[in-house]
Amino acid sequence: MESAEQIRERILAGVPGADISVLPNPAPSAQHSILLGPGRAREIAIFLRDAPGLKLDLCSNATGVDWPQHGYLEVVYHLYSVELKHGPVVIRQRTANRGDAVTLPSLTPVWRSCEFQEREIFDLFGVVFDGHPDLRRLLMWDEFKDHPMRKDYVEPDDFEWEPTPHGDVLAKARGHYPAAVPKEGPAP
Amino acid sequence: MSEPEPPKAAPTDADRAELRRHGVLLTSMDELCAWGRSHSVWPLQFGLACCAIEMIAASMARFDIARFGSEVFRASPRQADLLIVSGTVTKKMAPAVVRLWNQMPDPKYCIAMGACAISGGPFKQGYNVLKGIDRYVPVDIYIPGCPPRPEALLHGLMRLQERIRERAVDGAGRVTGAAAAECPVPEYGGHDLEPPQNPGLWQPPVLVRKDGA
Repeated sequence: MESAEQIRERILAGVPGADISVLPNPAPSAQHSILLGPGRAREIAIFLRDAPGLKLDLCSNATGVDWPQHGYLEVVYHLYSVELKHGPVVIRQRTANRGDAVTLPSLTPVWRSCEFQEREIFDLFGVVFDGHPDLRRLLMWDEFKDHPMRKDYVEPDDFEWEPTPHGDVLAKARGHYPAAVPKEGPAP
Repeated sequence: MSEPEPPKAAPTDADRAELRRHGVLLTSMDELCAWGRSHSVWPLQFGLACCAIEMIAASMARFDIARFGSEVFRASPRQADLLIVSGTVTKKMAPAVVRLWNQMPDPKYCIAMGACAISGGPFKQGYNVLKGIDRYVPVDIYIPGCPPRPEALLHGLMRLQERIRERAVDGAGRVTGAAAAECPVPEYGGHDLEPPQNPGLWQPPVLVRKDGA
């Protein structure tokens, strides 16, 4: 398998002027990824799928990452080649922000296996995929308004508190349960 | 119109054992019917998660739920007497479960099988899991376990049979003292199910903190 840098060179040769960069992964796995800039992601994806020597014909996984500290949402795709038996190649896309500009080009027209995964990302992270054939919520119901996998999501506070909470749970439980009223007289 | 009669205190299994010792097998038509109903509890063929696998195991030869007359898993709620909520009830699934319960004819019974159906279990802090089916449906028997073994399900079924024999059924075929036959089906809301529970059935427990803060 070629390195991420080599694949970047290939993409630049195949799609001239593509806005791409390599994101190094300092972890021992050293699974570096390729960040696709806005605009020509679909074109680059088709190139990755069809270019001889790459033939990344399978998108095995697509998932989302919320980066509130950087102010964007990220979508990660893992690509393999069944024909040439290599992979994975990791590509990423980033939204402009986490509020109103969360639209990214859908890669479902390139890899059909992204369809449900992109619906899941739309459901749980709130990334809107432009060009997706059937963009609906996948796991939550249609009337649901939140995006539960975002880090600032506040879940409904509806579970039964344990009687002896501690730590963060104690801090939350303080808002729910009254403290014991001190009994008159000596304790039993 | 006369006042409805207060429910008669039905004999317990201990009373029946005492009567049997004296050679009395059946005392009334009600008793005969209750005996028959308690040994033909037809469950709804309905599974939600891993507890359903144990339920299936209970129906197979090794554990053989047919010994208790409950092997007839019905594919339609209209023919079922028993709703075994076997597994995690997600909030998306909860209205469907309540609707199934509403479609079952009286007299009907509900078993909450496993930690998830009782309280949400390991997923109780999750945003998408209902924290116990008893928030929407009146539960007769709770079977703890994660998942409970088939023996536990059979034990729960035996306890349910005891309850069926102890509780009379009124003229409309309803279990005396049972909650309303129709439970309101929750709506899908913007952030949670609405209402989050049926207040007539379930209220959050009042716990008191120990810390005094």
